Amino acid sequence: MPNKAIAEKGPEPVAIDAIIHRHNLERGAVIPILQEIQQTYGYVSKAAIQRIAENINVSASEIFGIVTFYAQFRLEPLGKNLIKVCHGTACHLSGADMVTDTLAQVTGAKEGETSQDGLFTIERVACLGCCSLAPVMMVNGEVHGRLTPERVSKIIKNIRKNETTSPAE
Amino acid sequence: MSSPRDEGWLIRVGLASCGIAAGAKEVYNALSARLGDKGLGVTLKKTGCIGMCYNEPLIEVVSPRKERTFYKQVTPDKINRIISEHLIQGKLVTEWAVPDEEINRLLAKQQRIVLRNCGIIDPESIDDYLAVDGYKALKKALSTMSPDEVIGEVTKSGLRGRGGAGFPTGVKWGFARKSSGELKYLICNADEGDPGAFMDRSVLESDPHSVIEGMLIAGYAIGASQGYIYVRAEYPLAINRLELALADAKKAGFIGETILDSNFSFDIKIRQGAGAFVCGEETALLMSLEGRRGMPRVRPPFPAQSGLWGKPTNINNVETLANIAWIILHGASVYSKYGTEKSRGTKVFALAGKIVHGGLIEVPMGITLREIVFDIGGGTSSGLELKAIQIGGPSGGIIPASLMDTPVDYDSLTQTGAIMGSGGLIVMDETSCMIDIARFFLNFIQKESCGKCPFCRIGTRRMLEILERITEGNGKKGDIELLAELAQNVKRASLCGLGQTAPNPVLTTIRYFRNEYEEHIYQKKCRAKKCHALINYTIIPEKCTGCGVCAKYCPVEAISGEKKQPHLIDSNRCIRCGLCMKVCRFDAVSVGSREENA
Repeated sequence: MPNKAIAEKGPEPVAIDAIIHRHNLERGAVIPILQEIQQTYGYVSKAAIQRIAENINVSASEIFGIVTFYAQFRLEPLGKNLIKVCHGTACHLSGADMVTDTLAQVTGAKEGETSQDGLFTIERVACLGCCSLAPVMMVNGEVHGRLTPERVSKIIKNIRKNETTSPAE
Repeated sequence: MSSPRDEGWLIRVGLASCGIAAGAKEVYNALSARLGDKGLGVTLKKTGCIGMCYNEPLIEVVSPRKERTFYKQVTPDKINRIISEHLIQGKLVTEWAVPDEEINRLLAKQQRIVLRNCGIIDPESIDDYLAVDGYKALKKALSTMSPDEVIGEVTKSGLRGRGGAGFPTGVKWGFARKSSGELKYLICNADEGDPGAFMDRSVLESDPHSVIEGMLIAGYAIGASQGYIYVRAEYPLAINRLELALADAKKAGFIGETILDSNFSFDIKIRQGAGAFVCGEETALLMSLEGRRGMPRVRPPFPAQSGLWGKPTNINNVETLANIAWIILHGASVYSKYGTEKSRGTKVFALAGKIVHGGLIEVPMGITLREIVFDIGGGTSSGLELKAIQIGGPSGGIIPASLMDTPVDYDSLTQTGAIMGSGGLIVMDETSCMIDIARFFLNFIQKESCGKCPFCRIGTRRMLEILERITEGNGKKGDIELLAELAQNVKRASLCGLGQTAPNPVLTTIRYFRNEYEEHIYQKKCRAKKCHALINYTIIPEKCTGCGVCAKYCPVEAISGEKKQPHLIDSNRCIRCGLCMKVCRFDAVSVGSREENA
């Protein structure tokens, strides 16, 4: 899980370099490096792009081009809980929009946004491949299926409850 | 599988992504705790996907006499009864068991080659794979066949690429073999991007070694020394199981230097895709592996001549590779007995949408769509009339109910305007709007177009705008013709498969459902009651109990009313999301055409 304190300040260049140096310093490693940085910090910061560019000897604008080309990469820090709403064909037919609408209603965050309290980021994904359980969404890597407005609200409520009962990290 | 424990009871729990999403992990943990207490001598086994996704979470109880019973939609609180009645007293819990007729109906028309081990073996155990003849085909190939003989066998089998395009696999391998160069690459394309398709995910999660074995044999055949699996980052479980399988295969000596004392050496690495549909296209995938934006390039040169980092490269899809070990072991002539003359073997389909038995099936080519949808799939889940199926994802098309006797082979499906595609098959009933579906796929393509070719980048945008205005009730005379014209141009002027096939969903809906386009444009009517601008939600006062649930869920506060009194929807405020209808427990919300209900 991305650490919120780091996300707010932005990662240290030294820490980024440490990640970069775990890979071969070659062009083919750019995407795995970006993936590891995002895995660690929840997003790809400007500083990270700069560090990769210098280490691999590819221009920063080109790295930026790669980051913006692939849907996986984010340039902004994440909310504490990442919710990916599936918009595959089966989910579309069975109410993916209902899921997004309900989430907006209960978290206050629309698609592509992070809620005011920083608890939830709502993303849209093309397909999670769980079509027979449509509509589905993925919360922090875990898939929830056969969603109804009630189920969506309940899942969010449970996360909120755990947030308040478990002490802050 | 001949361990002494097999004499006792065996319980398999399906732990692929869809099973886990439905709660299979909790069931497994509960079983594990319970069986631990009892000391019943029951073997508990994790498996992948058996394909009956609609019944998840699913467990299979195998008696000492090898009688198999499936229990559907199992929850932890059902376990005690299953154990005490079935395992201890020997009585089936019939109300939770999947009836034999249902299983027979599902399996009667299937032929499982790719899915041979799915749901049977533990995907996290190489011993399980070895026990079902795993890596025997590799041994056979390395010790008794030359690379040319392997290619000859695969060519003879008639296997065609299962990623969608259907190019003969043996011929493709032959090109890569003939290319000169010391270093060659073999890539497994597991960037399964079609929305509505989950065949490759299931195979990777349920039987990863079969794909690895296929890669090893392919690598041997073309003379490659390095393999890559390019897999979607959205499939974390598949990636985990692949990593584990690769490590085990390395330990067992199936991957590495001088494999099984031959002079063949091969290594496999996993690369995660970063969420770009276009990377399913071969040359875009190569760009991505090289650390660039995944934009396709002109062919020739084909990857077989100049692929990854300029070296000869062969790229095969997961399902294609999962066939290989079986073909080598059983022989091309056995494989080619299945299917039709030009489309040999079997095809895996992911059945989803409005269907009773949604899940993963494998059928011999030549079977009709009707047999798939009705005999195996059990018809529409809503009980409403079948309207159409969508096959082949964004590159495929819509086939109307009237053409359900079309046989499933590459050429017959192409004739309908759709394509075989990678295996997504979505069933639609009369609540699905065909223009909405066309818009859905074009919206997807629009977002995923890499932007290189102007017609794909801008042409699909213009097409999407037209479809949007039609669904919004602003369609104009001439729109259908304009769509068709643009579609032809996008097809002709795009470099890669994404653009060349992007208009298919639009063209097939126009071809088979032109009247629905006309209704939207001229009568401002959506017969499926899907297009927001053309419909209205109202509350039926006689049915409304005034419980207030709809008002609570309405995102725009368009519903008002006193407690225990019939509520009212303000149609000016209403955004037609339909939430109220979904949450109402009294069927008191109705949807109609705008003018009917106004």
